[in-house]
Amino acid sequence: MSVPMALLGLLDREPSHGYDLKHDYDAYFARGRPLPFGQVYATLARLARDGKAIVGEAEPGAGPDRKRYTITETGKSEVEAWLAEPIPAEPYLQTDLFVKVVLSLMLGRRAEEYLDAQRAAHLRRMRELTELKQRDSLVDTLLADHGLFHLEADLRWIDLTEARLAALAEEVAS
Amino acid sequence: MTGANGSSLVQAGGVAIEGRNLVLSFGETPALQGADLCVKRGEIVAVMGPSGSGKSTLLYCLAGILVPDSGEVYFDGQRLDAMREAERSRLRRDRFGFVFQFGQLVPELTAEENVALPLLLRGTHREEALREARSWFEQLELEGMERHRTGEMSGGQSQRVALARGLVAHPDVLFADEPTGSLDSMNGELVMGLLTRVARQQGSTVILVTHEPRVAAYADREVIVRDGRVSSMAPVMQ
Ligand SMILES: Nc1ncnc2c1ncn2[C@@H]1O[C@H](COP(=O)(O)OP(=O)(O)O)[C@@H](O)[C@H]1O
Ligand SMILES: [Mg+2]
Repeated sequence: MSVPMALLGLLDREPSHGYDLKHDYDAYFARGRPLPFGQVYATLARLARDGKAIVGEAEPGAGPDRKRYTITETGKSEVEAWLAEPIPAEPYLQTDLFVKVVLSLMLGRRAEEYLDAQRAAHLRRMRELTELKQRDSLVDTLLADHGLFHLEADLRWIDLTEARLAALAEEVAS
Repeated sequence: MTGANGSSLVQAGGVAIEGRNLVLSFGETPALQGADLCVKRGEIVAVMGPSGSGKSTLLYCLAGILVPDSGEVYFDGQRLDAMREAERSRLRRDRFGFVFQFGQLVPELTAEENVALPLLLRGTHREEALREARSWFEQLELEGMERHRTGEMSGGQSQRVALARGLVAHPDVLFADEPTGSLDSMNGELVMGLLTRVARQQGSTVILVTHEPRVAAYADREVIVRDGRVSSMAPVMQ
């Protein structure tokens, strides 16, 4: 995830203090991995250096982090371009899932057992994410659904692979 | 093989319904070959597995719609499979609810009449049954459609009506066979959210057949049917 672009995007709403940006970042994007203050201020300093944001004067009576940041025109057009640009359609072709199956078959192990255990783990996680959706926050639901569809894609692959294990075993053995 | 799992639940008490060593063939085709499933009261269990593995047949046996060639079905301490058909059909009417892939509503009846049907069959007075049925439409997000004929409703709308019909009489067990099978993702989410919320409120046990993992994820646990047998995915205790 691009932390600089996320912070710059949040700053595009209105001029903000570093503390407020960190707060909103943590609320929407961090998912249990809050952004350290150090990283917030280092990132904001870099955005300012590159002309994407302007640092205001420190406000009187406040600590060193009571500075307001404002996005520049350069920053705004960067956010605009970034939002519209599709991310690479990453097909996860180097997943451990795949390597484990192929190696199991090469080594003559029972890949079914691994796939069953993986299926159970995936479904367990899917139940947790589904529970998250019952909390009536659409933002939580949006994120949970994203995870759920990806896990479901893995599961379809697991089912199909399991159905083809005998043929696969022949192919990798030769 | 999976019997150990079943009997531990029996000892814990609170079993809603249990099938033991169920075998059933359609002519030469074996559909169930020793299936075991034990479901606790109030539990929501997803039955998953490849197409043709015997999921629906298992559901129909547990619900007393089909009678297994051998094996036993226990509901509320009674042998469902050993009852006479009239007794079984009374039990289905009074204690069970059903939702199928294609709503199987009565197209000539209005939406509220369809929902009221299980109550009417149980002998509830018509006005009371319809009042109860109408009270469902807000949470179904179908307000204003009470008097529409279900033949004129969209797939998603009629499946929500079918769900209400399945749950309106507070069944001990709701049997749902691919209830989202004909729906798009959005309508599937609506139906599953509603199904699990209401079933948990009412304390209804749910047996949910589905091949979709996202639907199964609404359940408390899942079992997988393969070649007419149930393999539990619960961690193996040793
Ligand atoms: N009414 C029927 N007549 C003949 N064969 C049937 C009938 N119902 C199911 N079967 C067969 O029994 C097997 C299990 O079917 P079913 O329980 O419907 O599987 P699933 O619901 O998992 O797709 C399949 O081979 C199917 O073709
Ligand atoms: Mg079926």
